[in-house]
Amino acid sequence: MARGIKDKVAILGMGCSKFGERWDSGAEELMLEAYKECLKDAGIDQNQLQAAWFSTAIDEVHVGKSGIPLSTTLRLPNIPVTHVENMCASGTEAFRGACYAVASGAADFALALGVEKLKDTGYGGLPGGRGGPLQALWNASGTAPGNFAQLATAYMTAHGVSGEDLKKAIGHVSWKSHQNGAKNPKAHLQKAVEMDTILNAPMIASPLGLFDCCGVSDGAAAAIVTTPEIAKALGKHDIVSVKALQLSVSNGSESGHNSWDGSYFHTTRIASKKAYEEAGIKNPRDEVSMFEVHDCFSVTELVTMEDLHISEPGKGWRDVLDGFYDADGKIPCQIDGGLKCFGHPIGASGLRMLYEMYLQIQGKAGPRQLKDPRIGMTHNLGGAPRENISSVAIVGRYE
Amino acid sequence: MVGIVAFGAYVPRLRLNRQAAYDANKWFAPGLRGLAKGERSMANWDEDSITMAVEASRDCLTSHKAEDVRNIYFASTTHPFKDRQNAGVIGTALNVEQNLSATDIGGSLKAGTSALIAGLNASKGGAPSLVAAADKRLARVASSGELNYGDGAAALLCGTENVIAKLVGHHSVSMDFVDHFRGDESDFDYGWEERWIRDEGYSKIVPPAIKAALAACKLKGSDITQFIMPSLMPAVPKQMAKICGIAEGAVRDLLGANLGDTGAAHALVMLVDALEGAKAGDKIMVVAFGQGVDTLVFEVTAEKDKLPKRKGVSGWMARRKEEKNYMKFLAFNDMLPIEKGMRAEFDKKTALSVLWRKRDMIYGLVGGKCRVCGTVQFPRSQVCVNPNCHAIDSQDPYAMAGLECSVMSFTADSLVYSPDPPGYYGMITFPEGGRFMADFTDSDKDQVKVGAKMRMTFRIRDNDQMRGGFKRYFWKAAPV
Repeated sequence: MARGIKDKVAILGMGCSKFGERWDSGAEELMLEAYKECLKDAGIDQNQLQAAWFSTAIDEVHVGKSGIPLSTTLRLPNIPVTHVENMCASGTEAFRGACYAVASGAADFALALGVEKLKDTGYGGLPGGRGGPLQALWNASGTAPGNFAQLATAYMTAHGVSGEDLKKAIGHVSWKSHQNGAKNPKAHLQKAVEMDTILNAPMIASPLGLFDCCGVSDGAAAAIVTTPEIAKALGKHDIVSVKALQLSVSNGSESGHNSWDGSYFHTTRIASKKAYEEAGIKNPRDEVSMFEVHDCFSVTELVTMEDLHISEPGKGWRDVLDGFYDADGKIPCQIDGGLKCFGHPIGASGLRMLYEMYLQIQGKAGPRQLKDPRIGMTHNLGGAPRENISSVAIVGRYE
Repeated sequence: MVGIVAFGAYVPRLRLNRQAAYDANKWFAPGLRGLAKGERSMANWDEDSITMAVEASRDCLTSHKAEDVRNIYFASTTHPFKDRQNAGVIGTALNVEQNLSATDIGGSLKAGTSALIAGLNASKGGAPSLVAAADKRLARVASSGELNYGDGAAALLCGTENVIAKLVGHHSVSMDFVDHFRGDESDFDYGWEERWIRDEGYSKIVPPAIKAALAACKLKGSDITQFIMPSLMPAVPKQMAKICGIAEGAVRDLLGANLGDTGAAHALVMLVDALEGAKAGDKIMVVAFGQGVDTLVFEVTAEKDKLPKRKGVSGWMARRKEEKNYMKFLAFNDMLPIEKGMRAEFDKKTALSVLWRKRDMIYGLVGGKCRVCGTVQFPRSQVCVNPNCHAIDSQDPYAMAGLECSVMSFTADSLVYSPDPPGYYGMITFPEGGRFMADFTDSDKDQVKVGAKMRMTFRIRDNDQMRGGFKRYFWKAAPV
């Protein structure tokens, strides 16, 4: 394997806007809100930035294409700005680009900023109607909940899990995240929810009910990265460094070849395995302190915890019900409230997850603070179970 | 000897309960009470005359190869396109293009029989001709047509080999007797008084036409064992038969009780219905009335019993779901300004250049089969999808429309826009290999399960109303 990214890049500063239905703000205001906090935290001058990566996924409903919206909004010093889009993995992609720039030596300071302004469409849920002219002629007319609901049906079939058990387990996934999100002032939904409410909510796409779906919200998050050496030279301590950045993209075998049974994320299994290797993690169930994973839907989180090699295949639902991923469990998952409570402004989500890991490792997470976390792992899943992009990032204390 | 070599039909699954329709409208039209019994076939929202004709053609070609067809005639008064070869869409859906002549025939309720005459004549030299007829007529709210019409299709393959019903003769008269019409500025029929139609139309025009046909065939009325004559006035066919010396027992049922009158298709639907139970030696007369009269006489041969089984009218009639929701009937026919929500607003523009390049994939459901590893896949691509193969430029076209498939995963989606919510879709897999995420149709909660067997059916996917109604067709999975 290549030498990898481990400990070559440090997070110098991060910022995150308040997430929610930000009727008061456009994408530009959200970007600036995250950026101001990030720049202040980094403690550098804007003119020291040498490159930027800018992530959005559905920019046709807000800022539009190219790197110009970021450069113009922040009045960046005419540095290279790369606009990235990789569906729900876009935020992590922006971070990956900035990290690689620093690791290569091309830049000492690089910015990654992700934003999505979804609440100017006039209706709930994600904007639909994407895809090219050929897809429009044959792709099933599905929505995100409909696609992920099928993960649930296939998972139940593959592992012989009853509908009742699965519903309870995915209900617990959402219950736990709402418990966590209630402690986070930046979350969109800051309310704990009773299990009965979750289980009896209206059906969106069977078997996923309302509380099995993450919210749709507006938000932005940003990171400035540099090398650990520069960070130290700037007087930083408790440095958080990047341990692994991996991405795996479907090549059509799940959607077109009968070898996949629909019950798991092929790409996540690959990306996480490579990430553990890159980070030097031998036994993730013992070594990872916390997760922020892509809980676009409750069942996505449940299955993801198996594909990240934490729960055994077909056993994740039992770990969930045992409280393994609760705030007081062995490995807390979505300690900030997750997509469930933050909603999913697509281009921002990956960076929002890293923001929580960054706060937790530095001991700055306030009422949500976990005891002595050392390694945090984030995960995004863009697309649908049958065809997707899986991104994982591992960050931890630089020692 | 030219004649019919195979037959097929199609009837939509839904049957509108006429009492329910009457109950909704009796405040306005209490006089329709006499029609408020039984049911009529009702196309699903994603069906039109093309999709129904494709299904009937597939049923007909159960026993024959589509690629042998040299002519397609498509009769309807509701062709989805005024200028675009409707019959050609059927051809592409059947994966027939080369050496094919495609013709649309319309403009009259006898379009079906006119197409059959054209098909038989075209096949005299041996070239097989497929004659498809389908209609999905709209009728005004609280009209008798709304209760009397039905949606459906029939298809007949004409040829000279293994003829199951040989053409004895045919005869036509054409005269501009306007019992009803539908101008190009209206979706609905406008009709004259029934008593006038009966006395001045049927009674004076049909008997001479039948007698001329009998004379041309050197037959007497009493020779006819099955007499087929669609009419919205059930007594009329019996009267015509009587005048011409045809036994009352030969007069075929109009299928009005549970199907309705399928317009230009109805004579052929009734013919298929008759052929299903016919035996060698039967003499079948088909009469269609519409600004003149077409009369055809067939004699059933011993080959009929050798024809492999197909669904036919009876098979499709047996697949039935009662619909008592009259509002749904209106909505499916776009006669109710229903609030569809913003998710229905997405642009449905079709890139015609893409459609042309991919027409075998989109209309023919043709995938690929890898010559190196044998993997069947959809869509056909340049690099094999098998993770252990990935051979390049290795795939031959592989038709998948006729293959049974099964549900691997599915959902009922209440968020997606569907004219018939919730939207059912899921991953379907083909036993030979190949899979894709497909929309489901004609599906109910209790039918769709993981592992359920499905059959592919040609349906409307979208209607681009912004551009005058360009229908996008593709294949959907329906429970077997």
